[in-house]
Amino acid sequence: MINGLLLGGVLALLSLGLNLVFGVIDVVWICYAELIMLGMYGMYFLYTVYHAPIVLAAAVCIVSVGVLGLVLHTLVIAPLLGAAPINQLLATGGVLFFLQSAATVLFGIEFKNLGLRLPVLKVAGMFVSYSRLLAFGAALIAMVLVYLLLTRTYTGTAIRAIAQDRQIMPLMGVDTRRIYLITSGLGGALAGLAACLLVLQYDVHPFVGLTFGPITFLICVLGSLGNFGGGFVAAFVFAEIISVGGLYLDLEWGYVFAFAFFIVMMFVRPEGLMARRS
Amino acid sequence: MTRYLPWVAGAALVALPFVYRSPYPLHILIVILIWSFAYTSWSVMGRFGLVSLGHGGFMGVGAYVTALVWNYGHLSPWVGVPLAVAASAALAALVAYPCFRFRITGHYFALVTLALSGIVLQVITATRDYTGGSLGYTPERYQGGSSLWAFQFSDKTTWYLIALVVWAAGLFIWNRVDRSMLRYALEAISEDEDAAAATGVHVTAEKLKITVLSATMTALAGALYCQYQMFISPDTVSGISVSLQMVFAVVVGGIYVSLGPTIGAVITILLAEILRIGFGTRAVGWDNLVYGVLLILFIIFLPKGIVGSLMDLSRRWRWTSS
Repeated sequence: MINGLLLGGVLALLSLGLNLVFGVIDVVWICYAELIMLGMYGMYFLYTVYHAPIVLAAAVCIVSVGVLGLVLHTLVIAPLLGAAPINQLLATGGVLFFLQSAATVLFGIEFKNLGLRLPVLKVAGMFVSYSRLLAFGAALIAMVLVYLLLTRTYTGTAIRAIAQDRQIMPLMGVDTRRIYLITSGLGGALAGLAACLLVLQYDVHPFVGLTFGPITFLICVLGSLGNFGGGFVAAFVFAEIISVGGLYLDLEWGYVFAFAFFIVMMFVRPEGLMARRS
Repeated sequence: MTRYLPWVAGAALVALPFVYRSPYPLHILIVILIWSFAYTSWSVMGRFGLVSLGHGGFMGVGAYVTALVWNYGHLSPWVGVPLAVAASAALAALVAYPCFRFRITGHYFALVTLALSGIVLQVITATRDYTGGSLGYTPERYQGGSSLWAFQFSDKTTWYLIALVVWAAGLFIWNRVDRSMLRYALEAISEDEDAAAATGVHVTAEKLKITVLSATMTALAGALYCQYQMFISPDTVSGISVSLQMVFAVVVGGIYVSLGPTIGAVITILLAEILRIGFGTRAVGWDNLVYGVLLILFIIFLPKGIVGSLMDLSRRWRWTSS
């Protein structure tokens, strides 16, 4: 249970940035997990190969994945904003292929890890992984920060307004392009943050994105797009299903149950778990 | 002249293995034909905006059920393949019916089907005691090598002809759908579901028909692939990357024309082979790198694909010259 709770923190962190992009620009970055993969490689090279201090490495990693988000938006998404949603999904699918194989070509297919093992805490007779606790905390803090940004600042208000109606906002004198860029950069930076914390507990390899990519989308959809609270709850529901299923059977069965749960939930509540009934 | 062109081309394709029987190019052709059929199956529904990422799952069911029935049930693929196809069609109906009933469309549909191919992949991996898991699985060889009962042939020419017939059947189905009322109904649905329903189109039933048809064909492609290669693994016949690969090839070739998926298969498979021969093991990853860039460029600049754009060009040219 506790392990599931902490896995939930990791998943919530993963889905945070995607939720922002998905909810605001309404584009499925199917390559989102690959951005995280690149961030993890960034951490690996900065920390393990070039021996940069870990905090500096994390900062560089967050900023550079944020820049990647900007580049992705400008090169791929911007020309397709008017196209059918499915074309945007497919184009980012192309980015997924590209990033995955670029990583294969550049870094090889070996599993790499940071070579840094964080201690395991013992709380009331239970063993709690420190890195998972860290991810959990970071997810919580990042979520609160994003929430404050969206509700307390002018830019945040503009972002939420665009999420509601993207045709009307240019008429109100909002530079939508700038808002899209800010959102993409922010989404990328959150992917970078997720990468920094994931690399503490998982090995990195070019196909690591495929292992948690799909589950990230399902969390965003299940928690209602752009709804961070919903995303958080969905992440924990998924994590519990995966870890409890994995406890009694195999880990794969945990995923099977999680996917099946998603499909059933889509039929029961197509708007997501936390949607308000209109 | 153009009326006879398909027949001439068909005759040439049938005659090919009897004139030219070098095994390696023939192998490449067989693989291209099988995948062309799979891609055609996807485009049968994909062209109506029903973008499914679950086809990797259907293909996996087709391949694995056939192999498991042969190995454990000791039943001929003549029984196993219909079983596999039926299982895949049932799976498609099971997931697609509620999807269409509750109007899950666009990228929500893509994500639900994505979860479906995730399920199939994970089930294959989880039941590794029976399916070999991610290490792959081999149907048992029939002692004589070739046998119609076991549907195993050591001769490449036989396989080429089988693949050719199945591929041609796929094109035939594509064209039948293209000329049917179903097509008009589905095009209306993809434009506006409410308006289509108001004019008397049974939205759920029509969508379900095309989905089950497409899943059936895809499962057949999976079974054929399994019988030809005699080795299947979750990565090559099921899962999300196979689904994406189908979408990619169809988009590159052209989603709205019957030969589009075939051209897509020719391009992607030849590209992979050329890179593999040219660069050997150093080429690992390069083919997907090129695919990825091509996919992005095609979606942005040539959303109709190669064949579709060429047809547009020739039409425009004829227009201006007459």
